[in-house]
Amino acid sequence: MTLSPQLPSSPALPEPGFNFAYLDEQTKRSIRRAALKAVAIPGHQIPFSSREMPMSYGWGTGGVQVTASVIGQMDTLKVIDQGADDTTNAVNIRRFFRKVCGINTTERTEEATLIQTRHRIPETPLREGQIMVYQVPMPEPLYFIEPSRTEANKMHALEEYGPVYVRLYEDITRFGHIAMAYDYPVMVNDRYLMKPSPIPRFDNPKLHMNPALQLFGAGREKRIYALPPYTKVKSLDFEDHPFTVETWDQPCEFCGATDTYLDEVVTDDQGSRLWICSDTDYCNQRQQNNHLLTPTLS
Amino acid sequence: MQPLLTIDNLSKTYNSIYACDRISFDLYPGQVLGIIGESGSGKSTLLNAIAGHIPVDAGEIVYCDRSGQPINLRTLPEVHHRKLMKTEWGFVQQNPRDGLRMTVTAGANIGERLLDVGERHYGNIRSEAIEWLSQVEIPHSRMDDLPSTFSGGMQQRLQLARILVTQPRLVLMDEPTGGLDVSVQAKLLDLMRSLVRTLHLSVILVTHDIGVVRLLAHRLMVMQNGQVVETGLTDQVLDDPHHPYTQQLVSATLMP
Ligand SMILES: Nc1ncnc2c1ncn2[C@@H]1O[C@H](COP(=O)(O)OP(=O)(O)O)[C@@H](O)[C@H]1O
Ligand SMILES: [Mg+2]
Ligand SMILES: [Zn+2]
Repeated sequence: MTLSPQLPSSPALPEPGFNFAYLDEQTKRSIRRAALKAVAIPGHQIPFSSREMPMSYGWGTGGVQVTASVIGQMDTLKVIDQGADDTTNAVNIRRFFRKVCGINTTERTEEATLIQTRHRIPETPLREGQIMVYQVPMPEPLYFIEPSRTEANKMHALEEYGPVYVRLYEDITRFGHIAMAYDYPVMVNDRYLMKPSPIPRFDNPKLHMNPALQLFGAGREKRIYALPPYTKVKSLDFEDHPFTVETWDQPCEFCGATDTYLDEVVTDDQGSRLWICSDTDYCNQRQQNNHLLTPTLS
Repeated sequence: MQPLLTIDNLSKTYNSIYACDRISFDLYPGQVLGIIGESGSGKSTLLNAIAGHIPVDAGEIVYCDRSGQPINLRTLPEVHHRKLMKTEWGFVQQNPRDGLRMTVTAGANIGERLLDVGERHYGNIRSEAIEWLSQVEIPHSRMDDLPSTFSGGMQQRLQLARILVTQPRLVLMDEPTGGLDVSVQAKLLDLMRSLVRTLHLSVILVTHDIGVVRLLAHRLMVMQNGQVVETGLTDQVLDDPHHPYTQQLVSATLMP
């Protein structure tokens, strides 16, 4: 984990031999066309012809292709993996785009114009003009009920989402509450059922009426879907068992935040553990601000 | 009185086989129509064609909905057709595995159609499930059990509860007592008879068992090789069969 603040990296020249953002212009255009269709029908999955990328599927090639198609020379890119900017995955994707675009990168949410993410939405509220790109391993929310894509498409077309609520019913019956912790399904614009990618349910409310454009890319499944700015997004629930998010009994050990998503970190082999913000950038900034305040407090 | 369902010259072929050959009949509200015939005579094909499970080659299917509106089911857009099937119709399969979700609880099986039509209150679904479990004589204590732990007779009764929860007007049944022991069959038939009366159901009941139609069906249609060979009031057809095929069917069951 990085505790020192990082300045945006200075732009470099893209390495010779690559087209800007790696993909050729025609491919990027066809992916943008799919993304535009996705924006026109919020929550609806649009097929696109997924390309081979110089990394394996587990690395989020869907997200990488979407990012590559929408990124411009003036963009500043942030890459999040499990809330952090310094995991291998995040570092590699950031390095990849620096190499093939020569663009600025950052770890600061508010400095980024484009954010590619796996597993988290930043705690820092997003703003108009920013684009979030989600890496999606499995885009089809009906797959667990209906493995046939044709039949699932029909269920979407006819808005037949009863069987999904059967799953919620079963959770409440068995566990007393809805047990899905990640990739908690949502209804978009009161019309399409959508998987928000494996973010914790804690992040679901941030999808709703978000000022940023949110794009979802699934490489292996060759699907793109989108939430245009200020789209209504509702997490599935029952009237008498409303959707809730995770809460913790203690604040973040580092910054004292009480309203963030916390990760449990084991600190030694005696099993001591800490609860700290999963969003490293947010936590760092709060620590800095706290530090500035410390003299007056003590 | 207006017929609830009118079938007019319905035909379905498989390659060169006429599985259903120009079938016509009317079904009136509250009526139980039995369809009887040997294996391969086209009973299941007819039932599935009426329910829209398989495409037909020719003929009309006209259903008179709750508001009294006659609807041509062959031209009805799929979205409306599927909705109608969940609200006004029910289909009981011979094999409960085809009619139930075996991997979710009995309560969820009953709740599914309510969820399909927009019910979003867990407590309401639970109380409806309890209500319909009692109607089909399954103890409430089994509500949170999987149907795979149920006996064959209970599974068929759960199928009934699963469709009756949206109070359909028309129920299609394909050999509902098929795989069951005689004593279990008798109990299910009793239950079906009382439900038909109390809920004013209209039923098309496919079977190869004359005992079943004698007990339940007001009218009877006898099928052979995809064609209707005889039709009439159940007692009349069974007591005074005209067509040789019906005579043979009736005498075969009289033999010990
Ligand atoms: N899917 C199918 N493909 C080809 N032939 C079929 C199919 N389903 C039924 N048939 C044929 O249609 C005829 C009627 O079958 P069916 O409706 O199942 O009869 P029943 O239910 O009276 O036993 C039979 O000759 C059967 O072999
Ligand atoms: Mg049959
Ligand atoms: Zn923190």
